[in-house]
Amino acid sequence: MSQSVIDKEKLNLQPKKFNMWLFIITSFMLFAAFTSGFIVYTQGSADKGIKIILPHAFIYSTIVILLSSGTMYLAFRAAKQLQFSKQRQYLWLTLILGIGFFCLQFYAWTVLVKMGVYLINPNASQSFIYIFTGVHLVHILAGLILVINSLVGSYKNAPPVKNIFRLEMASIFWHFVDILWIYLYVFLLLNQ
Amino acid sequence: MATALTVNNPASVHSHEEHGEHHHHETFLTKYIFSQDHKMIAKQFLITGIIMGVIAMILSVLFRIQLAYPNTAFPFLETLLGRFAPEGRLDPNFYLSLVTIHGTIMVFFVLTAGLSGTFSNLLIPLQLGARDMASPFLNMLSYWFFFTACVIMLSSFFVQKGPAGGGWTIYPPLSALPKAMPGSEMGMTLWLASMVLFVASQLMGGINYISTVLNMRTKGMDLWKMPLTIWAFFLTAILGVLSFPVLVAGVVLLIFDRSMGTSFYLSDIVLNGAVLPNEGGSPILFEHLFWFLGHPEVYIVIMPAMGIASEVMAVNSRKPIFGYHAMVYSLIGITVLSFIVWGHHMFVTGMNPFIGGVFMITTLIIAVPSAVKTFNWLATLWRGNIRFTPAMMFAIGLVSFFISGGLTGIFLGNAALDINLHDTYFVVAHFHLVMGSAAIFGMLAGVYHWFPKMFGRLMDEKLGYLHFWLTFIGAYLVFFPMHFMGLDGVPRRYYAFTEFESMKQWLSVNTFITWAAIMSALAQVAFLFNFFYSIFHGKKATQNPWNANTLEWTTPVERIHGNWPGEIPTVYRWSYDYSKPGHDQDFIPQTVPFSQTMTSNLPHDFEDDPDVEKLQSEWIKQNSQEVK
Repeated sequence: MSQSVIDKEKLNLQPKKFNMWLFIITSFMLFAAFTSGFIVYTQGSADKGIKIILPHAFIYSTIVILLSSGTMYLAFRAAKQLQFSKQRQYLWLTLILGIGFFCLQFYAWTVLVKMGVYLINPNASQSFIYIFTGVHLVHILAGLILVINSLVGSYKNAPPVKNIFRLEMASIFWHFVDILWIYLYVFLLLNQ
Repeated sequence: MATALTVNNPASVHSHEEHGEHHHHETFLTKYIFSQDHKMIAKQFLITGIIMGVIAMILSVLFRIQLAYPNTAFPFLETLLGRFAPEGRLDPNFYLSLVTIHGTIMVFFVLTAGLSGTFSNLLIPLQLGARDMASPFLNMLSYWFFFTACVIMLSSFFVQKGPAGGGWTIYPPLSALPKAMPGSEMGMTLWLASMVLFVASQLMGGINYISTVLNMRTKGMDLWKMPLTIWAFFLTAILGVLSFPVLVAGVVLLIFDRSMGTSFYLSDIVLNGAVLPNEGGSPILFEHLFWFLGHPEVYIVIMPAMGIASEVMAVNSRKPIFGYHAMVYSLIGITVLSFIVWGHHMFVTGMNPFIGGVFMITTLIIAVPSAVKTFNWLATLWRGNIRFTPAMMFAIGLVSFFISGGLTGIFLGNAALDINLHDTYFVVAHFHLVMGSAAIFGMLAGVYHWFPKMFGRLMDEKLGYLHFWLTFIGAYLVFFPMHFMGLDGVPRRYYAFTEFESMKQWLSVNTFITWAAIMSALAQVAFLFNFFYSIFHGKKATQNPWNANTLEWTTPVERIHGNWPGEIPTVYRWSYDYSKPGHDQDFIPQTVPFSQTMTSNLPHDFEDDPDVEKLQSEWIKQNSQEVK
């Protein structure tokens, strides 16, 4: 096999990007299962259901994660135009906003606890709020690791193709967790 | 999560560097242990699967002994199992653990990972013309997650209270309350930990299979030229990717109920005289989540076996598979329908009879694509030049089991009949034939057929026939009488039937079944010896020992990294050109262009391309003139 063929195959990153989309489908199925479980459970009897007004912290966290999606987009655009310092700047912003989202969700949990809405609850519809946000936070954590990974890559001056590939993977996933949160939030709002 | 991380791992990018023949730096560790070569990973899956299968089979023989001789003490059991068989009699709780772990290992570890893991890994790159999987690193990780899951599952035999005992479906509350029974304690925790790793492994594998099929086919290999094996593996992977996350959701909630005290599944329970604080939960919720995976899971088990059988039967009948398109569409039909039939496992949960009716109809509809496949197999055999190789025998055995087990599915899918048959031995007989035996036979057909591709040697035919006949007859002797027990209302999972006057008469049948089971278990020794002996001392195989058309037989016998030494071959035709009229051989490999087979080309080969049709008709005119 000639060297050029090997090089070409090494650069064939399409299947790996495809893997990411497939992984997103599996994540989506996980949350589809949770929300379907919620519906089945809540329709079990009339005294089930969320029965509270959701804390305002969720609105703030939604704004934060929307902003972070925006900065992620800007970072990706900067990378494509080969403006690497700008790319790093926006990635740092994304990272900070992501951590901010993380903290806000924690804060929302403390508000919920103060409202008397506990995880251990005879009305498990309310426990589901913790499950939705908790499992989503695990995804956020994974997204943050991807963001850090592409940051490290850009500081190490990885070749542009690799740099953009890493960033693209991170940004696909980050936009997904963003959309996922909006789905969960709207789902909760519709059921509150 | 792991997927998201590893996709970005530089190792997956680097692995392609090894492809060139000149820079091979393989150590024992990278070649045999942490190999990223799909053929080696396939072998790892196969051998692990075989070992797990043997363990699960021994477990089944142990509980069969209990069912046949409920009042007899066997001192060797105490020697073997210690505290689990005091005074030579199986502990009732350990009996439940045996049943649970037998089911879990067989369904998940042997027939899901062992079957898909082996043959998807081996055949997807080889039959599609790819150098490896989309992400070899992820593939390697998939095996090691599976291996760890196996170790954890087996380690539960060494904890004080024994392995999980709530049945392979782990319904709460048994699985959610550690104090409910010995099998709900540490063993259950290990079961859950093992299954989480297992699901992660299956998702990594499945993602890779789908991605490879869609992105890495060689030139000319469009979807409608793929062998049916690939179609089956592809659709199986889709099923897994869509349904396993749902099991994770159910298990996450179960873990919260178990360890944190939430009440998703628990309500109004009195345990050892104490009322539990859990309120408001619904165990039915778990059944919904479980069976949304659980039903597609049985098709995850059987579809690869169907694909293997289709390929093996076409090759050994020396005929094109009958109704290739119908075969693909029926696989797609099964894939889609399998997601809307889960309720038939729950007819007796107090389900609304109307919903029960809906699930009944969808269940009966799935019989249609299944029947299409069966008739097509029979039509493939019809007037073929059949070669009864061991692989062919097992493939035909699959069809036999699929028919006799499938027929009882029509009984069980009926919401009214199910009231009587639910949780009886009728169910046990049904699924052991239609998905247990059938899928195992598909897997064995695959092992006999592709053994030369894995190890470069052939398995012994005579031992293969011995293995086939003993197993085939043994399986029928074991499972057929169970139908009658079930019709009489004998419930499954019971430790002994000595306390029930009406069931005592079945003891003689149980004894018979146990001896049949022991016979079929002994028959596997023939296979195990044949398998491991032939790896080292079997007859050397030629490049294409079965005269098959598919691409894997164009690779060298030495099984090199990267699969093909030079360029990847181009594909010109489908894989089923066997005994084509006008051709001098009874097979035409997929790599032979139509320009080299002018004597046997048929109008429909050209897919209505007028230019090529003109060339062909001119050639025919010219040649017929020469003859004059």
